[in-house]
Amino acid sequence: MTAAPEQIDVLDEAREQVLERGVGLTEAQVLKVLELPEERIPDLLALAHEVRERWCGPEVEVEGIVSLKTGGCPEDCHFCSQSGQFPSPVRSAWLDIPGLVRAARQTRDTGATEFCIVAAVRGPDKRLLSQVRDGIKAIREDGNDIQIACSLGMLTQEQVDELVAMGVHRYNHNLETARSHFPNVVTTHSWEERWDTLRMIRDAGMEVCCGGIIGMGETLAQRAEFAVQLAELEPDEVPLNFLIPNPGTPYENYPVVEGAEALRTVGAFRLALPRTILRFAGGRELTFGDLGAKQGMLGGINAIIVGNYLTNLGRPAQQDLDMLEELSMPIKALSQTL
Amino acid sequence: MIALVYCSFCGKEEADGDHAVCRQRLSVIDPPRYCPACARRMVVQVTPDGWTARCSRHGETASAR
Repeated sequence: MTAAPEQIDVLDEAREQVLERGVGLTEAQVLKVLELPEERIPDLLALAHEVRERWCGPEVEVEGIVSLKTGGCPEDCHFCSQSGQFPSPVRSAWLDIPGLVRAARQTRDTGATEFCIVAAVRGPDKRLLSQVRDGIKAIREDGNDIQIACSLGMLTQEQVDELVAMGVHRYNHNLETARSHFPNVVTTHSWEERWDTLRMIRDAGMEVCCGGIIGMGETLAQRAEFAVQLAELEPDEVPLNFLIPNPGTPYENYPVVEGAEALRTVGAFRLALPRTILRFAGGRELTFGDLGAKQGMLGGINAIIVGNYLTNLGRPAQQDLDMLEELSMPIKALSQTL
Repeated sequence: MIALVYCSFCGKEEADGDHAVCRQRLSVIDPPRYCPACARRMVVQVTPDGWTARCSRHGETASAR
């Protein structure tokens, strides 16, 4: 006699399916994980950590990011303080080339292997691409061989090809949330337009970095939908952000995601994406504090952004590096990424 | 010496209302956005290990690195 489906524990299923066979959870299974009671969270995180160790290894990938062009974006992403459509206090700013070189150097000095150059735009124009090209050249002339990623919005095929020629090895373009929730978050472009850019990036041979933000009013079912849609994309990296309710944005009064809910999400996303780099990104400082960051690192996360973000501040890089040392988690070396 | 009259998170007068949440944000995740002397919005550049904030009237300040 077999057990009725409702009696099967989703973590038992995950142990056999994800840990043993490396097959990510389905949408229905992810939803079950997201609905686990709080007392099961330690079991979930322990399993997610085992999955991460088994399918990704013990290393942690460290990255730094910088905003090359801040603010004044024509898009209306409701979470973003850089949209020109909302009364946000963030003013437009351009980082000059010497500033970009310094930022890359600061990042390399933390032991990071990734440096992501980000611009708040719908897509890059010639001036921005020229700035990126000059910036990468200057970073290399500074003797810095850190891997360079970019996040410059939606791309044309010609722009994809240009970035490949510049030596950009990874491109970040977040789907942000589930397809069914996206129209509530952004109205100036579609989820499908973002998807098209991601396919072009993949087809051109660049690594795909694609994640999103938790806590933008999505239901748990939509969170599960999002995890599985990301898995379908097969990204190399998924950055997990937690909403920072920024002044002037439509989401300024949204609550910060609670730590337990965020940890459940971390574990669920790892079980949906067993082989993917799962990165702690923005918002973790508000959501988790110091203790939660450790729990996340022991619950499926295997990459972090160190230092500051684009318009918000992070923990000092050394604090995260000390945490990794305390957890005996080795930082991925540059030689392993080349 | 610039008098700190305005909250650099919300831009309102320090003496006007409770700024506990503003101070918490500034201590954890936010650089200053408003000039504390005149409440003008500042041009802020965040970098991996710090920030600079420039007021068109009162000049530039930077984080301690």
